[in-house]
Amino acid sequence: MHTDSERRDQGRGERSPAEGGCPLSRRAFLARAAATAGSVAAAGRVVAALRGEPANAATTAGQTEVPQWAMVIDLGRCDGCKECTTACQKTHFTGDQEWIQVFEVTDEGGGHYFLPRPCMQCENAPCLNVCPVGATFRNENGTVLINHDICIGCRFCMAACPYGARSFNWGEPENPPGASLAQYTPEYPIPHRKGTPDKCMFCAHDAEVGKLPACVSACPMSAIWFGDLVRDIATNGLETVKLSWLLTERNAYRLKEELGTRPRVWYLPGHGQQSEEVTPV
Amino acid sequence: MSVAVEPRIDETSADGARVRLRERVEAPLRSKAWGVKGRLLVAGLSLVVAWGVFAWIHQVRDGLAVTGLSNHVSWGLYITNFVFFIGISHAGTLVSAILRLTHAEWRRPITRLAEMITVVALVIGASMVLVDMGRPDRLLNVLRFPHLRSPILWDILSISTYILGSLIYLFLPLVPDVAALRDSPALGRVRRRIYRALSLRWTGLPEQRVALTRAIGIMAVVIVPVAVSVHTVVSWIFGMTLREGWNSTIFGPYFVVGAIFSGIAGIIVVMAIFRRAYRLEEFITEKHFRYLGSLLMVLGLLYVYFTASEYITVGYKLRVGDDALLSALLVGRYAVLFWTFAIGGTLVPILLLAFRRTRTVPGIVSAAVLVNVGMWLKRFVIVVPSMALPLMPWEWGTYHPTWVEWSITAAAFAGFALVFVLLARFFPVISVWEVEEGWEQLEVQERWERLEVGVSHDGQLDGNGHGNGDGHPNGHRDGHLEPAQHADGVVPEGPPIATGEER
Repeated sequence: MHTDSERRDQGRGERSPAEGGCPLSRRAFLARAAATAGSVAAAGRVVAALRGEPANAATTAGQTEVPQWAMVIDLGRCDGCKECTTACQKTHFTGDQEWIQVFEVTDEGGGHYFLPRPCMQCENAPCLNVCPVGATFRNENGTVLINHDICIGCRFCMAACPYGARSFNWGEPENPPGASLAQYTPEYPIPHRKGTPDKCMFCAHDAEVGKLPACVSACPMSAIWFGDLVRDIATNGLETVKLSWLLTERNAYRLKEELGTRPRVWYLPGHGQQSEEVTPV
Repeated sequence: MSVAVEPRIDETSADGARVRLRERVEAPLRSKAWGVKGRLLVAGLSLVVAWGVFAWIHQVRDGLAVTGLSNHVSWGLYITNFVFFIGISHAGTLVSAILRLTHAEWRRPITRLAEMITVVALVIGASMVLVDMGRPDRLLNVLRFPHLRSPILWDILSISTYILGSLIYLFLPLVPDVAALRDSPALGRVRRRIYRALSLRWTGLPEQRVALTRAIGIMAVVIVPVAVSVHTVVSWIFGMTLREGWNSTIFGPYFVVGAIFSGIAGIIVVMAIFRRAYRLEEFITEKHFRYLGSLLMVLGLLYVYFTASEYITVGYKLRVGDDALLSALLVGRYAVLFWTFAIGGTLVPILLLAFRRTRTVPGIVSAAVLVNVGMWLKRFVIVVPSMALPLMPWEWGTYHPTWVEWSITAAAFAGFALVFVLLARFFPVISVWEVEEGWEQLEVQERWERLEVGVSHDGQLDGNGHGNGDGHPNGHRDGHLEPAQHADGVVPEGPPIATGEER
């Protein structure tokens, strides 16, 4: 059996045979062959992947593996409209909490760009390590979730998170009408609980049924890609590409890479210059 | 030597001091000991604590929203208080255990106070964690779903071990003292019954003394590493994160030194208060202040050294984030607090303790008060700035504690004083038998030396002779009292040196 990281490394290793010395394996070859198939077929596979179903006989790579969700945010496309934040707030009834927060950053040349920050779903997650009751955990898709039923509200996770990705329910949280009747799950934490933290969890409830996260669907610039590291595929709702191609060709980077948290959120550098070129959905 | 024996009253001998010591220590335990001042003090402290409890109930009902905490600065006064009180708790370990292990004879009159500080400070410190919790109703989840990878679990294990250990360590030397009190007719019947239960049928038999001394010796050895582990894992709550200012390898020893530093200062303050309130000047002397003052100065210098090491190595490299934190501390928004700590909490106290002119009881006590204030501020500037600094492209966080937080903080300090006052109304604040043991050893030692210098080794020493008469436990003879206290914990009867050889 492969560990998560081995599995991912295999998937990522395919992306750049030129830079690595390893010869193209049969598995990688098949994956690449599959990726050259038409985009319609690819889109079908994304949905299948989102549903956790085996996509296609051709995608032998990781066919039996569960998806490992990842996000790629194209800063060249982001125009800072914050539709992602709004959609997230509506989907999760977060009140004024911003699980995906959009920062305006001044770049080296004095220009500006926008930086949306969801939860990084770190593979070496500081928040998960420090939780005294194990209320923060990782599900089989590599997404970091919170069990609000056992959280004691010590906020160590918030102190430990290098990205400030968590929001605390300091008082009685805003809940939609009838929330008390909702079936709480960590994948869809409604109702929110006083004295516990919340954060982005890649819309784990949607991924289960094959839907894209709210922020991805809502982005008018299609700047947010959502994908599966195992099947090496990503979509922004409009286009579907090989995830590894996106990461390699577009010089993807991760925030605070030097900390060793190994986020599952990548950024494609840019400053909103492509936002004009993209036709809104 | 036997504690149960009523001492003879002889004004010209150590027995006079002995009687006075028993009287001074026992007087506050009598039922009519509460004066008007005492009642007012307890009432005042109780009011502050009650107000704090009210504030906490308010907080539990409406959530931590009633505090000044935010997503950006999610830890504040409560965590500051937690670190402060756990630090103070190191008083007992140091003075009692380390000085016991090193046979520092002058420790005897102050060990009890030190051990009491440890227990009370631990209880108050641990309660601050409960107050800080968003879901105090789920406290037991840490036992139901323990996640051993979390430094908080290490803290829970370490601190609960420390509480248990220091309770035992407080209790053991108390046994002969409560045994002496259980028969005291001046005390109420209920009280005496409780003392009787706690005295574990102590009668001062040699085998009991051997067992007790051995048990205390074992606990003194055990409690030191536990205490060190406590403040190490407290520091690791911060040190195990990636935050600037906390992401440090020296936090363990840095915090341990800081804890002992503030712990000694805590003892000096408590000592000064009880010395005056219980009129113990004869037994807790200027010498004790000077010795603890020297220790305080050494620990202060160590703490300055650690502080300098921490900030110089960070400041030289100025990694992203560290630069912002450092400038906020040294010249920016936290500069006033930081320099108040650095100058008022270390530099001035060290100077006060360094010069003979100011190394007086008032000078030393002033230094200790300054250290305590400074160390509280230091804990604040450890906790809050590292939370407030911008981790993402955002502004510095702001933190203004609300009345709820200040009320609970005031209640923590008042609660510390209150529990202490009540504890001191119930148990002797000086370990009488240990002080007497010290005197006896001194006498035996003196006689033995006289004999060695003189004619014979006939060994006709009764071990119950006269003291040095000045009432001071050891007079001028500190550091020459070793033979009676063997490493194996056996307290010899009769001529100590001869006995040791014969066995």
